[in-house]
Amino acid sequence: MSLAECDVIARPVRRAEELADLHGIVIPGGESTTMSRLLDVFEVRSALEERLRAGLPAYGSCAGMIMLAREVLDGREDQRSFGALDMVVRRNAFGRQVDSFEADLDIKGLDGDAFRAVFIRAPWVESVGPDVEVLAEVGPEVTGDQDTLGRIVAVRQGPVLATSFHPELTGDERVHRLFAEIVRGA
Amino acid sequence: MSTDQNTGTGTGRVKRGMAEMLKGGVIMDVVNAEQAKIAEDAGAVAVMALERVPADIRVEGGVARMSDPDMIDGIIEAVSIPVMAKARIGHFVEAQVLQSLGVDYIDESEVLTPADEANHIDKWPFTVPFVCGATNLGEALRRIGEGAAMIRSKGEAGTGNVVEATRHMRQIRADIRRLTTLDETELYAAAKELRAPVELVQEIAQSGKLPVVLFTAGGIATPADAAMMMQLGAEGVFVGSGIFKSGDPVKRAEAIVKATTFHDDPDVIAKISRGLGEAMVGLNITDLPENQKYAGRGW
Repeated sequence: MSLAECDVIARPVRRAEELADLHGIVIPGGESTTMSRLLDVFEVRSALEERLRAGLPAYGSCAGMIMLAREVLDGREDQRSFGALDMVVRRNAFGRQVDSFEADLDIKGLDGDAFRAVFIRAPWVESVGPDVEVLAEVGPEVTGDQDTLGRIVAVRQGPVLATSFHPELTGDERVHRLFAEIVRGA
Repeated sequence: MSTDQNTGTGTGRVKRGMAEMLKGGVIMDVVNAEQAKIAEDAGAVAVMALERVPADIRVEGGVARMSDPDMIDGIIEAVSIPVMAKARIGHFVEAQVLQSLGVDYIDESEVLTPADEANHIDKWPFTVPFVCGATNLGEALRRIGEGAAMIRSKGEAGTGNVVEATRHMRQIRADIRRLTTLDETELYAAAKELRAPVELVQEIAQSGKLPVVLFTAGGIATPADAAMMMQLGAEGVFVGSGIFKSGDPVKRAEAIVKATTFHDDPDVIAKISRGLGEAMVGLNITDLPENQKYAGRGW
């Protein structure tokens, strides 16, 4: 829905052959362990892996961020991610659903007011490689929790973008617009 | 977490958003950690922890209550996907206990024996989100008015018979369609007829959909059942007794997950419907005595 507002055509992908003519892909929220399992069951993994390796622009939110990471902490042992972003991500780092929260965030590269970010059983980025640009962090002033000091929640590496939070839940399309620009520029 | 306007836990957006992340998925009833693992391995997006599946509640009778916290803890430990658990209708202390255990969603469920025959739980003060059953739009909106962040059609749990789930899905969708054809003046009378908050009635007349995610439940036993519910407009499926009361739970669980995703592809459904072993034994709704119909619980 959010992408449709950005003058691009969005459609769901459930089969490997549906990847062929895409200019970019969004890996949405959900459960990363379930996604990892179903990518194999539905035989989509290798085709998507190949396209990502060849530089397909991608945006991952929450579980999607986990799927794009090089390494996942606190996941399932058999969980596999794409490594399209040189980062280590900690799954459910902010806690279970009772700890899920929303907060105003400053995101690098977005004009205007702070972005209202909704974090649901959200991951954070534990560490990033040299080529990854950090776009947003949270801290205790936002979450009320000292353990969250300087935690990275939005990153970009070339044509790959990821956020711990869910911009599609707020009606603020700026993150989706940023991704649409990345896709157009690629 | 602080509770000022800019940041907070348990906001409507956070609660409803959680259900958004389950869309297109299957949530499976499990009664122990071993079943929970099978469900997770099969690709369930969440599990529902309960002491007895509805089919057993029917057979064994008695008062059905919230599960033992030890059992819920065991399931939370065993899986990494979200864990839901059931509280009795109106039993706000069971709900408080489930929240304190850290479950990710509470199902205020007619499958358990109601604890209050006049009032549902006031769900707004809770940080944990609630899913509630509904047989029609009015019921769904009353639950949303009380703070439910997700709705499931009730169906008739523990029967392996999808007919009531079909009735309730069609009813909810038809009620919504009707609202979109009314003019503004008529919406007040519609709210009265539906016994629903007028603000919600106006919102739905405008948007043409529920303000929360709509799943289906109650009687889904086969991949084709799940796919049919999706084609009828469900955004995901709860499967209760249908999996672990069948001959080959692992295979059936995987098949129902696949059917839910590829619900509009009969070739896929045909392929995965083969060799699943025995489905759960079904019950005819018309053979059920009135006091054993769960869908009538709640109001």
